[in-house]
Amino acid sequence: MREKLIAAIADINEAEAIQLAQAMLDAGEDPQAILEAASQAMTIVGNRFDQKEYYLPELIIAGEMMKAIGDMVKPKLHGQAAPAARLGKVVIGTVAGDIHDIGKDVVSFMLDVNGFEVHDLGVDVPAAKFVEKIREVRPQIVGMSGFLTLAFDQMKRTVQAIQDAGLRDQVKIMIGGAIMDEGAARYTGADAYGADAAAAVRLAKSWVA
Amino acid sequence: MSEKSVEELYNERLARVLAAAQCQQPDRIPVFGPFQKYPYQFAGVTFKDAMNDYALARAACHKFLDYFQPDVDFGPIFAYPAKAMELYGWKAFKWPGHGLDDDVMYQYVEGEYMTADEYDEFVYDPSGFMLGKWAPRQFKSMEGFAQTIPWRRFMWSGWMNLNFFWLTPEYQESLRAVQAGAEEAAKWWASQFQYWGEARAKGFPMAFAGWDWPPFDIIGDTLRGTRAILADMRRRPAKLHAALEVATKIFVEYGSGAAGAALPFCWVWVHKSTREFMSDAQFKEFYWPYLRRGLLALIEKGIIPVVYWEADWESRIEHIADMPAGKIVYHLSNTNFERAWDAMGGKICLMGNVPNIVLLGGTPDDVKGYCKRIIDYTKGTPGLIMDAAVMLDEARPENLKAMFDFTREYGVYR
Repeated sequence: MREKLIAAIADINEAEAIQLAQAMLDAGEDPQAILEAASQAMTIVGNRFDQKEYYLPELIIAGEMMKAIGDMVKPKLHGQAAPAARLGKVVIGTVAGDIHDIGKDVVSFMLDVNGFEVHDLGVDVPAAKFVEKIREVRPQIVGMSGFLTLAFDQMKRTVQAIQDAGLRDQVKIMIGGAIMDEGAARYTGADAYGADAAAAVRLAKSWVA
Repeated sequence: MSEKSVEELYNERLARVLAAAQCQQPDRIPVFGPFQKYPYQFAGVTFKDAMNDYALARAACHKFLDYFQPDVDFGPIFAYPAKAMELYGWKAFKWPGHGLDDDVMYQYVEGEYMTADEYDEFVYDPSGFMLGKWAPRQFKSMEGFAQTIPWRRFMWSGWMNLNFFWLTPEYQESLRAVQAGAEEAAKWWASQFQYWGEARAKGFPMAFAGWDWPPFDIIGDTLRGTRAILADMRRRPAKLHAALEVATKIFVEYGSGAAGAALPFCWVWVHKSTREFMSDAQFKEFYWPYLRRGLLALIEKGIIPVVYWEADWESRIEHIADMPAGKIVYHLSNTNFERAWDAMGGKICLMGNVPNIVLLGGTPDDVKGYCKRIIDYTKGTPGLIMDAAVMLDEARPENLKAMFDFTREYGVYR
């Protein structure tokens, strides 16, 4: 049943996946094992997205399946499971003034399924909030997203704030968004720009290697 | 050289832009664009003030027009009427002073303003759905319209039932609220009309006669939201197709207002089908056929659609290149210009795509370098309009001036 669940999620067979997860739970299977199977399926979904076999629709539905299974299973979880080892930590958010979240969410998803601990601050995130979170979780990587051109200056301000807080040397900073490019990375003072989620994962992996 | 009259200047600009749009040879490459927040920045006016003070917005746009002299102008159309938006209680929008800082672009708040189980209702009676369900969800002032009995039921003696909702306190309150909103919006429109007349008196045509959105985005932006509509391609494809048929009719109806204008440009704002948003197969099934059909219908009416292909469209070039020659303009943002020109140059007028980061962070020489690169690439073949890559909000004035001056000088056809 476990293999079937993984296949159903990975193939985006929504109804089947939810039924299987419920059946496994009803049959008394370890809730933690069900969650792990779902996570494993998410990695397959991420790989298929990376291979351009899947696109946003599949990612969105996979994310919703994961959430539904999580909601179903969590009340039955006894005690805290040991957190899986992670490649590194990422603090990510859409910069202040901009409320666009789709690109940022895709990057968060892909970093997560590729083994990073992702702290997603959401949208319209002020520079001070980035700084505060960096102090708190000590990430190796900071990701800034922006869809509007106002993000050029806001990213620059955010990088400056990280610098002023004395944290710039401790983090690598990547930026992303439809209008971003190498020129924007230079302008904002970020270390690099990623054209898409796959590029973000490649960058992140290269920075923690 | 004798001074040209305003009439001569107006006709010259109109002819220049029309020729370029149809891939015929004008005297030189036109240069203009949908500059959004930039004119106010240039005039030292915050966007909040521009949205609240219509006279101030007009003055800023005149200052911008006089200095840069774009071939055709947008005027203060992008400074939306903040007071009317307050009075209408637009819940699906944030703007300066209403959830955003004073000098930030307004932004749409996505949501499922039509739920998944309402597709049939929308397809059956789009207007009834918009009035009774959508409007109350989008506008606080229109919450009372949720009481509306669908107008289709008024046939024969059905009108006798009107009192059941017209006299409810909620409906009455909504009527009062929308009247206040409409009165304010009318002032804003009067300001727009005034500006168009003033620009005309200076010899500048307006750059738009219509506004439109692709059928997929009509459903995706205003009704379902991005996440939901993307998932609907897999979850309920038949329902989505039925709604897209309706939306294609709305698209044509919406854009048709541009017919007969001196410059019959209908701007089509493309939002959600680039790159990772959907597969090529999904694009070919859900997005492009409906948009293409709608665009052809507008072209049939003598309208020139200007499609604003936001983001990077390189992966879809082979599909979107399939349009009749000399009938449509494609505005490029991040799409590689050379690649697009190879596929469509001289057949579809290309507009753009000077990177906004260069206009903001570069030098006048950087800007000229980019303009020269794309002008040189066209090798004197007409069908090019110079503009920023995306709707301009921020730039250094000397950089923007370089884009205008260099294009006017170097872009002369010989």
